[in-house]
Amino acid sequence: MSYVPLADQEQELHHPHSWVSKYIWSQDHKVIAIQYGGTAIFVGVVALVLSLLMRMQLGFPGAFDLIDPSSYYQAVTMHGMIMVIYLLTALFLGGFGNYLIPLMCGARDMVFPFLNMLSYWIYLLSVLILMASFFVPGGPTGAGWTLYPPQASMAGTPGSDWGIVLMLVSLTVFIVAFTMGGLNYVTTVLQARCRGLTMMRLPLTVWGIFIATILGLFAFPALLVSAIMMTFDTLLGTSFFMPAIIESGSPLDYNGGSPILFQHLFWFFGHPEVYIVALPAFGLVSDVLSTHARKNIFGYRMMVWAIIAIGGLSFIVWAHHMYVSGMNPYFGFFFATTTLIIAVPTALKVYNWVLTLWEGDIRMNVPMYFAIGFIFTFIHGGLTGLFLGNVVIDMPLSDTYFVVAHFHMVMGVSPVLVLFAAIYHWYPKMSGRMYHEGLAKAHFWCTFLGTYAIYLPMHYLGFLGVPRRYYALGSTDFIPASAQDLNATITIAALFVGAAQLLFFINIFWSLKYGKEAGPNPWGSASLEWQTPDTPPAHGNWGDELPVVYRWPYDYSVPGAHEDFIPQNTPESEEPTVDEQHFDPDHDPSMADL
Amino acid sequence: MTLSVVIFLLVIGSVIFHFASPWWFTDIAADWGPIDFTINVTFWVTGFVFIAINLFLAYCIYKFRQKEGHKAVYEPENTKLEVILAAVTTVGVVLMLAPGLFVWATIVTVPDDATEFEVMGQQWQWAYRYPGADGVLGIAETALVTESNPYGINEEDPNGQDDIIVMGPEMHLPVGRPVKALLRSNDTLHNYTVPQFRVKMDLVPGLISYIWFEPTETGRYDILCEELCGIGHFVMRGAVVIDTQDDFDSWLAAQPTFAETQALAAPSVAAGQAQFALCATCHGAQGEGNQALNGPKLAGQQAWYIERQLKYFKTGVRGGEGDSGGQAMAPMARTLANDDAIRNMAAYIATLPDNAAQTTVSGDIENGEDIYSRNCAACHLEDGSGTWYTDAPTLAGMSDWYFVTQVNNFKSGIRGLHADDYYGEQMVGMAAAMSGLEEIEDVATYINSLR
Repeated sequence: MSYVPLADQEQELHHPHSWVSKYIWSQDHKVIAIQYGGTAIFVGVVALVLSLLMRMQLGFPGAFDLIDPSSYYQAVTMHGMIMVIYLLTALFLGGFGNYLIPLMCGARDMVFPFLNMLSYWIYLLSVLILMASFFVPGGPTGAGWTLYPPQASMAGTPGSDWGIVLMLVSLTVFIVAFTMGGLNYVTTVLQARCRGLTMMRLPLTVWGIFIATILGLFAFPALLVSAIMMTFDTLLGTSFFMPAIIESGSPLDYNGGSPILFQHLFWFFGHPEVYIVALPAFGLVSDVLSTHARKNIFGYRMMVWAIIAIGGLSFIVWAHHMYVSGMNPYFGFFFATTTLIIAVPTALKVYNWVLTLWEGDIRMNVPMYFAIGFIFTFIHGGLTGLFLGNVVIDMPLSDTYFVVAHFHMVMGVSPVLVLFAAIYHWYPKMSGRMYHEGLAKAHFWCTFLGTYAIYLPMHYLGFLGVPRRYYALGSTDFIPASAQDLNATITIAALFVGAAQLLFFINIFWSLKYGKEAGPNPWGSASLEWQTPDTPPAHGNWGDELPVVYRWPYDYSVPGAHEDFIPQNTPESEEPTVDEQHFDPDHDPSMADL
Repeated sequence: MTLSVVIFLLVIGSVIFHFASPWWFTDIAADWGPIDFTINVTFWVTGFVFIAINLFLAYCIYKFRQKEGHKAVYEPENTKLEVILAAVTTVGVVLMLAPGLFVWATIVTVPDDATEFEVMGQQWQWAYRYPGADGVLGIAETALVTESNPYGINEEDPNGQDDIIVMGPEMHLPVGRPVKALLRSNDTLHNYTVPQFRVKMDLVPGLISYIWFEPTETGRYDILCEELCGIGHFVMRGAVVIDTQDDFDSWLAAQPTFAETQALAAPSVAAGQAQFALCATCHGAQGEGNQALNGPKLAGQQAWYIERQLKYFKTGVRGGEGDSGGQAMAPMARTLANDDAIRNMAAYIATLPDNAAQTTVSGDIENGEDIYSRNCAACHLEDGSGTWYTDAPTLAGMSDWYFVTQVNNFKSGIRGLHADDYYGEQMVGMAAAMSGLEEIEDVATYINSLR
């Protein structure tokens, strides 16, 4: 029997026979994507509410009596962990990865649909375990999202009995779910691309998600072992991370463990995690910018290599989170250098996004607003990273509000703006209807301007030296009273931004029913997912025949073409291809092996 | 179009905000000017990039907005441009990294003439140790920590006998001399930060970390913990006073050595009893308390706490404006001539029979338990017995009306805001767990159930 590549084999799909198997126990990547997305956004809203509770305490201490010191630290912890893991990671990879990879690769589904379904249900289990910690004695853990031992399982920390254990179990379960999904995404990208779709013809969205997933598959095991070891320390009394210490005046029965070892393991996961969130955002935003600028993404090959380089480098910068941790200070030289090197490929991506707009024909559609908003916030957040990456500057700024402002700009606001861009951009394909333009624009302005009003001033609290993770500032000699006015302003902006998100939810649900019919390709997009025979795409995506790809996904405004875009599956005989000497990503000799 | 203008305005606005902002680094008070130099270099480089790229972005959005009959240019890549941009970026990065690495090299290289001192952190307070006449710190370890040897100094080690112990949050250093802080923790991670010195380093249980600096300005500076260390993290405060060498020497000479703290004569219960007659007027013959005369129960309270409060009343740390009860105590405390008399008094009170005080308040016990177990138990313990380790007095079985008064005082700033009342200030922060009189009574009701 002759070899037939996986991508060319007709995949057997488990077509649903009932409502339950269609929408609940579904193996359709699109349904799973929406299940992932819906769950992630739901917990994200929980985390958003927690942040507003914290902001009300910080802005107006004592005025609201909503949270006490104990619940403040619980809110800090749960907000951070939910946002980073259960919202951003799950939504970018489980949500957009699931929805877009098979469609953009011209596949009928993920290569392992059953595993894909399991991945979602196990993710949901991890979310339920995490949410359960709100209802156990002592409540959720208040150890900070970094869960540093020994504090995490000591009596002086909220949730040190039940909360921390549920957190660790939930993370372990999440990692199982992620691994199932992640193996699926990687295999699908490598093995299930349709005919003609070489790696260098993949949209940057797929590249971003693909590399991010690989990062996750390497990084999450570090978190897994730290979670398991810490569970042992907490429940069985082992001393992996616990040295000899005193709890409330009595010595505990631990000896010889290393708290810093945990930090290394945590950040060996934790730094790549930043890029697990960022790389899919880079990919998605590239496609949104290119489509609405009616112009090919500028420097495609550079963009791909930058994603790969950033992904690789992200594994050797982790200890920049630990400059003042008490680790050997000589590490500072190495990690400061590697960290600042990452700035180069990252900056190139920013240049290329802006150069994609250069000489374009920019359509100011809603996704474009969010995408450009992202460029602005990402430049801001990226540049402040150069402060914190440089070890000497990190010392005064570490653990101040500068850090909080920086990482919220770079991995809070920026990826969330991309998420909104992506949701508005693909909503017509997912639902078959257009969103409400006015609501969406109002949502953009409130979110974009509101978040900048939150985080720009917050950097200055950090310059001043205001420490993070403080329930209240108390009295100090160096913090002027005006800092409290600034805090109050930030809180008002945060409440405003939080409330403005209602516009998004109203829009999404209202438009499902009342939105205008979108048609199959409202943006005139060249990439494959817009070329499906049905909108929304049916189970199996492609009707009777799989598509065949003849070109890259960025053929916008090609000279001599009938329209200002050429779909990827348009043969050379029907539309011009670009002079190969001018550009053909397939003829990059360095990519010959792919 | 609108977005183009908005981005332009945001850039302008950010620049204006920066220059108008009164919030900026504190005036530097240590010899780490090069850190500030690196910050400034980075600020100017990144500030330039921020303005340049965003203005270009705004220009592109405006210039290349959709126009009738206009078509985008097809230009997939421009290798030359990309190489130039990569090169320029690399130069910018080197410009920022190079000074950073040079300065870091001086930070990791402790000068030979730096004198050592030790910082010990524990939930949620600071303590310090200076080498004695021999210039060497003795061996100390967490396993040896007890109430009478809170620093955990090894008594066998001769180097430790003359170590100077400061069991309190305020430390002193001489101006103009390099010092190396050895950092140690008894329980969890803490962090030694003095914003004006630009230094910051974690205290890690199980190892000794360090940081060095040279104070350049005399004055008093806050020490903050900047590594989350549990519920009391935000109230873990200390201070460092930078003195002239002479002032520092005389301050240091006034601090006890380890040997002196261990050699204190046992307090005289009889002497304490003799002086207690005055106290008995308000606090009762057996220290059982008398609400009518505003005298809380003393019997059953821990000796270290009685001693500390007597000193506070004596020196005016307690009994300030608005604190009528405290003001009445001040002249009484002054009848105790010296620290020995105070110790004698505490020792006598420790011998009094500890019968639970009468309960006088009632509230929602479930709410009280919720608030107590989540916020108070971390220091005062689940059973309300308190412990010297967290500087938490006994609450269970004591006068509930006094608890209510004092928490109210903490909340209203009557108690705990004196500059020397570090432990009281912690309670000012933690008292936020109770929203008002009603919740204070709820907690008091729960504490009454713990006796």
